[in-house]
This record gives sequence, C-alpha cells and structure tokens, in this order.
Amino acid sequence: MKSNILFGASLLASVAVMSSAASAQTIGFSQIGSESGWRAAETTLTRMEAEKRGIDLKFADAQQKQENQIKALRSFIAQGVDGILLAPVVATGWDSVLEEAKEADIPVVLLDRMVDSSDDLYLTAVGSDLVHEGKVAGEWLVGEVGDAECNVVELQGTTGSSPAIDRKAGFEEGISGHDNIKIVRSQTGDFTRAKGKEVMESFLKAEGGGANICALYAHNDDMAVGAIQAIKEAGLKPGEDIKIVSIDAVPDIFQAMAAGEANATVELTPNMAGPAFDALDAFMKDGTVPPKFIQTESKLFTQADDPAAIYEEKKDLGY
Amino acid sequence: MNARFLRRIAPQIATLAAVVALIAFVFPGFFDISLANGRLYGSPIDILNRGAPVALLAIGMTLVIATGGIDLSVGAVMAICGAVAAWCVRQDYGLVSTLAVSLSAGLACGVWNGFLVAVLRIQPIVATLILMVAGRGIAQLITEGAILTFNHEGLIFMGSGAVFAIPTPVLLWLAMGALVTLIVRRSALGLLIEAIGVNQRASMLSGVNARVLIVAVYMTSGLCAALAGIIAAADIRGADANNAGLWLELDAILAVVIGGTSLLGGRFSIVASLIGAMIIQAVNTGILLSGFPPEFNLVIKAGIILVILVLQSPALRVATTFIKPARSLR
Repeated sequence: MKSNILFGASLLASVAVMSSAASAQTIGFSQIGSESGWRAAETTLTRMEAEKRGIDLKFADAQQKQENQIKALRSFIAQGVDGILLAPVVATGWDSVLEEAKEADIPVVLLDRMVDSSDDLYLTAVGSDLVHEGKVAGEWLVGEVGDAECNVVELQGTTGSSPAIDRKAGFEEGISGHDNIKIVRSQTGDFTRAKGKEVMESFLKAEGGGANICALYAHNDDMAVGAIQAIKEAGLKPGEDIKIVSIDAVPDIFQAMAAGEANATVELTPNMAGPAFDALDAFMKDGTVPPKFIQTESKLFTQADDPAAIYEEKKDLGY
Repeated sequence: MNARFLRRIAPQIATLAAVVALIAFVFPGFFDISLANGRLYGSPIDILNRGAPVALLAIGMTLVIATGGIDLSVGAVMAICGAVAAWCVRQDYGLVSTLAVSLSAGLACGVWNGFLVAVLRIQPIVATLILMVAGRGIAQLITEGAILTFNHEGLIFMGSGAVFAIPTPVLLWLAMGALVTLIVRRSALGLLIEAIGVNQRASMLSGVNARVLIVAVYMTSGLCAALAGIIAAADIRGADANNAGLWLELDAILAVVIGGTSLLGGRFSIVASLIGAMIIQAVNTGILLSGFPPEFNLVIKAGIILVILVLQSPALRVATTFIKPARSLR
C-alpha cells in the first residue's frame, strides 16, 4: 500500500517534470561536423545561444556524412522536438526527410548552407551573402584611399569554389566606378596560409618589390595572415605600406589588426543560431512566418574597433 | 666517374635551365637578387626556398622508389610532424626537444610503413596509403581541428630564418641531400638498395638483409617528411593539419621521376631528384610570376611537365641514339 502511494507520487512528480520540460523548447541541431575552425565556432555559439534562451539543445555531429544527418533528423522527429536546425553537408537528397518533419509539424531552419529541395519544406534559411561580403570589403577600400591611385593585388580562394567566385564579384562591384582602384594581379591562394604567403611573395617580386602595390584583398583571413608574413619578410610594413582587407573575421586577424599589420576584415558570423532561434520563437508564439532567407550581417571590423578585445572574445570560441 | 655523373644529370640540368629561361622570358626581372632584412631576396631564392619541402620529400622518396617501393604517406607525415612540433612548443618544450620529438614521430611513421612493407609484405602502394589517409586524421587530433599557432623564435627560424643570408630551409635540404648522398654512395648501402630494387629475392639469397634495409629506407623517408613538416609549419608559424603537405607526395614522386629514377626500382640518383624538385618549383613560381589567371595554373603545369617527360622518355632516347652515329659520320 505504502509502496503504491510512493509510486503514485513519483508518477505525479515525473509528469510535473515532463510538463515543465515541455514549456521550455527542445531544439535539435544537426551539425555537419568539425570541418573547420569556423564550424567549431558555430557549434560553440549555437550552444551558448541555446543556453542563453533556456532552450534544451539536442546536438548531433554528422562527421561530414549526409546519412548521419538524415538519421539525426529522424531521431529528432521521433523524439518530438519543437524545432530543428540543420547545417546541410550537401545540397541534394533532403526531400524525404524534410517531408517527414513537415508531416510531424516540426519547423526546420537551415543554417549557413542551402538545400535543393522545394522551399515549402523548411521554415527559413539563415546565411550570409558572399557577394555582399566582397562588396563591403571593396567599399571599405574605396573609402580608405579616396581619389588616390591604388593598385590592388587579390588572393583568391580555391579556384571555382563559390566563395571565391562570389567574393571576387562582390569586391569588383564594390570598387566599380572608381577607376583609381585597379586589380593588377589576382591569383589563387587556396584559402590557406602557406599558399597565401607563397603567392604574396611572387606578387611582391612581380610588382617592383611591392612598391607598386597599395592594397591586398584576400578572400579569407588565413591567406591574409600568410601574406602579412611575406610582406614583413620583404622589409615592408603590412597595414601601412600595403593596406590589407580580408573576409571571415577569425581571431588571428584581430591579433594582426591589434599589431597594426592588417586594416580591415568583414565578418562571416558564426552566430547563425541567434537569428534562427528568433525566427523559430516568433513562429511558435504567434505563427509569424519569416522570409525564406534571413541574411546575417556582414559586419566590417577595422583597427578602430578595439581588435585586441575582440580577439580575447573570439579566441575561445573554438576557431 | 665524374664525367659519368655529369652525363647522368645532364638532362635534368638542361630542363631546369630551359624552364628558368622560359620564366625569364615571361618575367624579365627574374634574376634580380638583393639583400633584404639580412637575407637574400629574389625569385631564384624563392624557388630554392619554396622547393624545400618537395626537395626533402624527394630525398627519402628516391631511396624508397629505388627499392621498388613507393611512399604515399609523406604528405600526411608532414602534417603529423608539423602538428607535433607546434604542440610541443606550445607546451613550452625547448627547441631541441621539440625537434627531437617531431623527428621521432617521423621516424615512427617510417617504422610503421617499413613494418607493413618489409615484414607483413603488403604492397607498398597499399601499405603507405593507410598512413596517407589516417595520418591527416592523426594530425587533426593533435591540433584539435584548428591551426595551432606559435611564436617560438627558434622554431620560426627553421622556416623563415637565414644563415649567412641564405634561408634556413634551403640549407636544410642541401645538407640533408648531401648527407644522405654521402652515406649511400660512400658506402655499399646505395648498391644494396639498388640490388633490392632490381630483384629482392636474388639480393636476399646473396646475403643482403633486405628486410632491415627496407625498414631503414622508409624511416629515412619519414625523417625527411618530418623535417619538411617542421619547415612548413615554421614558415607560417602554425600547424595546419588540413593543408600542410597536401598532395605533396605526388610532387615528390614526380620529382623522382623527372630525376630519371625508374618507378620499378633499381638505379637511382638523389642529386637528379633534387634538381627534379627544383624544376617543379620553378614551374610553380614561374606560373605565379607570369600573371596568368589562376584557372590556367594546373593546365600550364601539366603541359610543361608533359613536355619534360616526353623529352626524357625512353622512346625518344632510343630515337636520339639513332641520330648520334649519323652525327659522328659527318
């Protein structure tokens, strides 16, 4: 008898726990894996954002495999989560699992990358506009040099990759109409430090020991960091003799900016989860349907933005 | 001996001269060398300096190929050893112990490859493929997926320092090349390695300890790769597990082939392989200096390499032997 009462009490208690858990949101997050430092930072920030909002985040690392992501999504659906964040590893092959989520009335938000499925299968997609990033960098340079003649050398990303194509197009858009700014050399640095350094060395030699170069535009910060070393080894002052603007805003470029060796970077924010949670929240509260693409801010950072402090902020995010 | 040696490396030297002449034609300022920041500065120096990793890999690769093997893991071993070196200096190890640990890691990788090839008798291309694939994962485990940066002056010196105005990497590959050449050519080792490459069973029957020699040869390759990995990491002041040494195993094999060593094993020349490595780097640097759009890089490189290999092909050599007597008759 006594044990029965105890059993009943514990049953009641567990029901109470369950209902309190249901009032807080449970969101599943299927991450691609740890392919890059930026990805790691995205994961860290997603967890921080979830914690800040009191969201119970179920995290699944797919180790770069789509089948793992589909499995994770199915298990989220089976657990009856309130929403799903998906950073898709590839663009195709999502139709059936997204339909399953739709049938279960679970909204799916895409992070950073797009899928080829019909857009009524997901709530919205949060991402950056690569062309816009390049444009912000170009516009910064226009404002920086004014009417002075400026020969720019460009370190492209991996040939044929969409960031390389879009960031190049965006930059050219940003400087268009300013004939004093010319791209004199453009070569791929494969997004790596080593190639960035090697290619910059050859740029310096090809352009009169660097005397003809007024600015460097690198499609990512890592190549800029390599190029900074090449410029220093050539006896020039990066940031002064050659202005440097790049994209991504990884911690190391803030260190360079704090030392006066880089001038500006455009942030590809790893905080895609913040806008995603906001959209999910609004949708669940009163059914506000967000636009199909939420563009994250491509924020420009310069030496005036206290780079040393931002470095301290960013260095532990897992970049 | 000397005349024979010169005749052996003559095609490689002629090719290097032709490639350099081509670059000088496209980029007239090629030969400008000056002194900046206490070190030589100029495009020819860039070739010697940037070619250091492939040159080092080619030294070990030549010996491995001479035994009839191949080492696909060298690029991944570079990534591992660079990561180990970066990890060590971040743990405040001194320069000597950092280098010792990193080079030992390279030797250990060599022992692993050698064990698979010599003791378990797995085909070299498959045996070394294992570490080629797994090695990058090991390196990523050490760096935890990020670029491990460091500011240790001693280690940075290995990549971007200079002794008597000559960049350290250049001195390192020259020294390593000279050392290994002396060891294998001033003793019977080179001959024994060639014997294994020509016919392993026959060499064993005549008393050559092929097993030990093969393991030693893969260890040399691992050691060279470790040094190349340290240089690559020191150069950018960070260990990049994803990209350090990526595809360099193919460049190293190409350097050996351009150097005229047969992939079937047997006779080899380290000096010719080193010149081969410089030819590859001269092509790379030349493309960068030429100012072509990057979409052309690989096509141009492939075209030049094709011409070089056709000129060195046995069929063409046979053809030239038919031409020679005609000349002497004149």
